[in-house]
Amino acid sequence: MTRFAAAFAKPRPALVTFITAGDGDTAANLDALVAGGADVIELGMPFTDPMADGPAIQAANLRSLAKGTTTADIFAIAAAFRQRHPDTPLVLMGYANPMTIRGADWFAAECAQAGVDGVICVDIPSEEDAELGPSLRAAGVDLIRLATPTTDAARLPDVLNGAGGFLYYVSVAGITGLQQAAQASIEDAVARLKTATDLPVAVGFGVRTPDQAAAIAKVADGVVVGSAFVDIIAEHGDAAAAPLEAFTRTLADAIHGAKEIAE
Amino acid sequence: MTDRPNSLRTGPDDRGHFGAFGGRYVAETLMPLILDLERHYRAAQQDAAFKAEFERLLEHYVGRPSPLWFAERLTANLGGAKIYLKREDLNHTGAHKINNCIGQILLAKRMGKTRIIAETGAGQHGVATATVAALFGLPCTIFMGAVDVARQQPNVFRMKLLGAEVVAVESGAKTLKDAMNEALRHWVANVHDTFYIIGTVAGPHPYPELVRDFQSVIGNEARAQILEAEGRLPDMLIAPVGGGSNAIGLFHPFLDDAGVEIVGVEAAGEGLDKKHAASLAGGRPGILHGNKTYLLQDEDGQITEAHSISAGLDYPGIGPEHAWLHDIGRVRYEPVTDAEALASFQKLTKLEGIIPALESAHAIAAAERIAPTLGKDKLMIVNCSGRGDKDIFTVADALGVEL
Repeated sequence: MTRFAAAFAKPRPALVTFITAGDGDTAANLDALVAGGADVIELGMPFTDPMADGPAIQAANLRSLAKGTTTADIFAIAAAFRQRHPDTPLVLMGYANPMTIRGADWFAAECAQAGVDGVICVDIPSEEDAELGPSLRAAGVDLIRLATPTTDAARLPDVLNGAGGFLYYVSVAGITGLQQAAQASIEDAVARLKTATDLPVAVGFGVRTPDQAAAIAKVADGVVVGSAFVDIIAEHGDAAAAPLEAFTRTLADAIHGAKEIAE
Repeated sequence: MTDRPNSLRTGPDDRGHFGAFGGRYVAETLMPLILDLERHYRAAQQDAAFKAEFERLLEHYVGRPSPLWFAERLTANLGGAKIYLKREDLNHTGAHKINNCIGQILLAKRMGKTRIIAETGAGQHGVATATVAALFGLPCTIFMGAVDVARQQPNVFRMKLLGAEVVAVESGAKTLKDAMNEALRHWVANVHDTFYIIGTVAGPHPYPELVRDFQSVIGNEARAQILEAEGRLPDMLIAPVGGGSNAIGLFHPFLDDAGVEIVGVEAAGEGLDKKHAASLAGGRPGILHGNKTYLLQDEDGQITEAHSISAGLDYPGIGPEHAWLHDIGRVRYEPVTDAEALASFQKLTKLEGIIPALESAHAIAAAERIAPTLGKDKLMIVNCSGRGDKDIFTVADALGVEL
């Protein structure tokens, strides 16, 4: 069983957490997320031009790059994480150019070697899958696709073709960390997606509080939280691990217990 | 003409690729929207009424056709090829930018969109967009880097007079590429009612194609005008290239004419070994802003800042069709530095009484370099893509003159 399958096979919804690599003490922060109860970790690859991100993650990208974070640093962080945490799925999330600049085969091989389970590339839609997808799949790394409120029924099969790991439902047409979608629209969307795929469905964008997360967890297989963690790192700098762990725990408790409360 | 075998004018393919370049590298949220834009554009291409309205506005609002001016004194001064200037500087709003804005706002209207957004660097595309938005009575928001807002106050005021909201973008380096990032972020959150008027032949397919098509009026006119004036096609075309919309507009109708040599001019800034904006000479292929093309970037694929004295050329990428024309060798791209452009800006002003935009001055500088090496029987068309009134403060500053 893959790490993703194991993480989503637990009899409770999963907490998927995002932080940006190289922003703050990343190794300590990753450990704090795991200790706090995160089920899946997304590690953002910083990019100079993060077009799909809101102010919080944009700023994290710039902080990381200003410290000189390189792609080699990110793979070193990932490989060290895999040594310390053999079971927690690790996803690299970012933009096409840093992922493909040395060739997709190179990137896929580095992912496999570092123990990265999946990749989310924001700006490679299914139409451009050849850019990255075949290399990842050949290397045994899952390509995690995004579905959005604008993904209609006609497109959905293309989005799912070649997708692995889990399906990430971007619940608002917008950028990361700002407005939250209406609960009813999320329920409808997840129900629609579940009829089209056997992949677990995780819901993200705009989820910042345990209450929001718990509400979504009642209907989804996972809840993704990013900007709220990034804000904690922005506030606490290199000493963010303790507050990150505490916040992770409140989210994990809310999400993990959501379906029991519902029943 | 477009279904001729072996033509260089048939691109892009149905997935928006020019050879290895172009494509649709956008977030899933935008993908259905750009597919919808493509469907509407295909329908518009088949619609005689759309074409007629586009041509009516170009003639009576923009003031086309723009003249093809024989620059007799410049020609005599250089002592070589006969130089004609395509006078895009005489268009309404002072540059070629308006051609594309007219076409795109007609598409926006056709699609039932009720808000217009655009990015701008120096403000020329922002002014052209705000102009057509005023003409069509649509609300308009222009994204402009905060650094550019500070150094281009006259254009900011123009846009506001035209009724546009100008958003100063504080993210990243606060210049053109960041303005484009912010426009994309805004678009993704407002896809239902908003049309994004991209200002150059870049971005996701079908933008590079449709902007080229709207700008091809430049080359189509120039072709007819040179045939009228000289009875034959030119030996060479020269145009400045930032994103490359004025250049592709001039070049595209001539791509299949093997006897016409074509030269694009990139901004070499302080020199190719220093800060510059020459993506072909100093960059390599990568993916940014929805398309694959040559980009200024480091070994990890992080985008590096461009520099040119000309704000319109100050962008770290280039349109994907240019990247392809470069790779297949149909168009030759040459660098021109800030200093060379500045000298040509003054030379053209004094010899012809035409103050060119600093963008256009790059093409003039290349013409100065090349014309003397060609015989007096050779014909050259140089795109005077815009007028230089907007640049007088920059030029005064560079010359150490206090206004």
